[in-house]
Amino acid sequence: MSTTPKIRCADVHKAFGTNRVLRGLDLDVMPGESVVVIGGSGTGKSVLLKCILDIIHPDSGSIEIDGEQATALRGHERDAMLRRFGMLFQNAALFDSLPVWKNVAFALIEAENKPREEARALAEEKLAAVGLRQNVADLYPAELSGGMKKRVGLARAIATAPEIIFFDEPTTGLDPIMGDVINELILGCVSESAVTTLSITHDIASARKIGHRIAMLHEGEIIWAGSVAEMDATDNPYVQQFIHGSADGPIQMPVRRL
Amino acid sequence: MAFVQLIGRTFLNFLAAAGRLAIFALRALSHCVRPPFYFRNLGHQLVEIGYYSLPVVGLTAIFTGMVLALQSYTGFARFSGESTIPQVVVVSITRELGPVLAGLMVAGRVSSANAAEVGTMRVTEQIDALITLATDPFKYLIAPRIVAGIIALPMLVLVADTIGIFGGYLVGVYKLGFTAGTYLNNTLNFMQVMDVVSGLVKAAMFGFIITLMGCYHGYHSSGGAQGVGTATTNAVVSASILILASNYLITELFFAR
Repeated sequence: MSTTPKIRCADVHKAFGTNRVLRGLDLDVMPGESVVVIGGSGTGKSVLLKCILDIIHPDSGSIEIDGEQATALRGHERDAMLRRFGMLFQNAALFDSLPVWKNVAFALIEAENKPREEARALAEEKLAAVGLRQNVADLYPAELSGGMKKRVGLARAIATAPEIIFFDEPTTGLDPIMGDVINELILGCVSESAVTTLSITHDIASARKIGHRIAMLHEGEIIWAGSVAEMDATDNPYVQQFIHGSADGPIQMPVRRL
Repeated sequence: MAFVQLIGRTFLNFLAAAGRLAIFALRALSHCVRPPFYFRNLGHQLVEIGYYSLPVVGLTAIFTGMVLALQSYTGFARFSGESTIPQVVVVSITRELGPVLAGLMVAGRVSSANAAEVGTMRVTEQIDALITLATDPFKYLIAPRIVAGIIALPMLVLVADTIGIFGGYLVGVYKLGFTAGTYLNNTLNFMQVMDVVSGLVKAAMFGFIITLMGCYHGYHSSGGAQGVGTATTNAVVSASILILASNYLITELFFAR
């Protein structure tokens, strides 16, 4: 196995005004590895993904993909870098104005210039892979349930067979059964194509299921990382508080008592 | 002292906002002339901006032409200048009222629609999704809207000019007692190419302003439904003010002695 990380974040800082979201974050994701970043709401998990994709520019620090600087790329170089990624957004982020099949085939048509018939056939194949029937292809996102939107988002994320897939809160807002269905689909997609994945969630059940390695983000830094078994065994009070969902512990929520 | 600070802060914020808008406009224009071009999106926007604005622009133009003829008659009758009504109508409509009123009506319709659509895409992460799919949102969303605005507005203004002059003709012939031949003859003899051309140049500028302000405010919207609502209001207000301001500048450019 290659020793060069697929993704390397080193000393990444990002602030919005006086709010310092990332404060020297370090994270390596090895090829073929599935890393899940856990952490409370507002700790900067989504900002981390957007910094890696350069949707948000980090203030300082280094982000490398296969050993090459990923930030500050422009034009064709940036497009080529982005084509290596797929992403499932928290609320799916499907294009309202396009039917389902065009959402899934978007990158195939617009970025890879595939003929429409071929792109539609591929889109229907991906929709079938996430358990959606062919008749869904012509519906619009507004006609879908939350679970179906997530599946379409997943189909779009894997449509171009990317090397790296990001999952942003893949099970948030879904009932436990649908959440597990999405986890199974993620596992299926990942194991079939041996892609590298980086997921962010605060759903511990989901993290246990889809992650080879878990990293905990707190106050803008990765404060702990290890396997699922190590997570259960660790005496790190932050990790213990988080996985048990306890209000008592070192992580204090700014709540004013009534 | 606090008052001076407030003025200073407001002025600096204004300069910063103007700078951000200028950078956005230059970036958008640069994407209008660099491939890839999304012709399907351009066609869709031409229909949205041009075709679907025809009823509102047509109605505005015909009533404006009719009122203009009527008002000119009652005013000019005081010094026996009734015979100049066709000339007044054609100059007013082609130089000013056609482009400005069409621009303001389209600003209300298109700036708001662009700001709402692009703003909703922003707050629901659809613009981020475009980026992850290796598609530049400036090329895919913004450039087609701006090019369509620049093309569609002059066409709409040509229609507005024709219908506005026709409105004046209706009132002139059927209410004020002009003969059809005299009215048309006076109109065509007095109309100059520069009158129409200046109106079309204004229209192209207004098309740019309308789509730019809609896209700019939508692209920078935040905070959910309220943010999209604010963006929509700001887009219409700023587009309308810029239309009126740029109208003066272009008029100065064409006709100032």
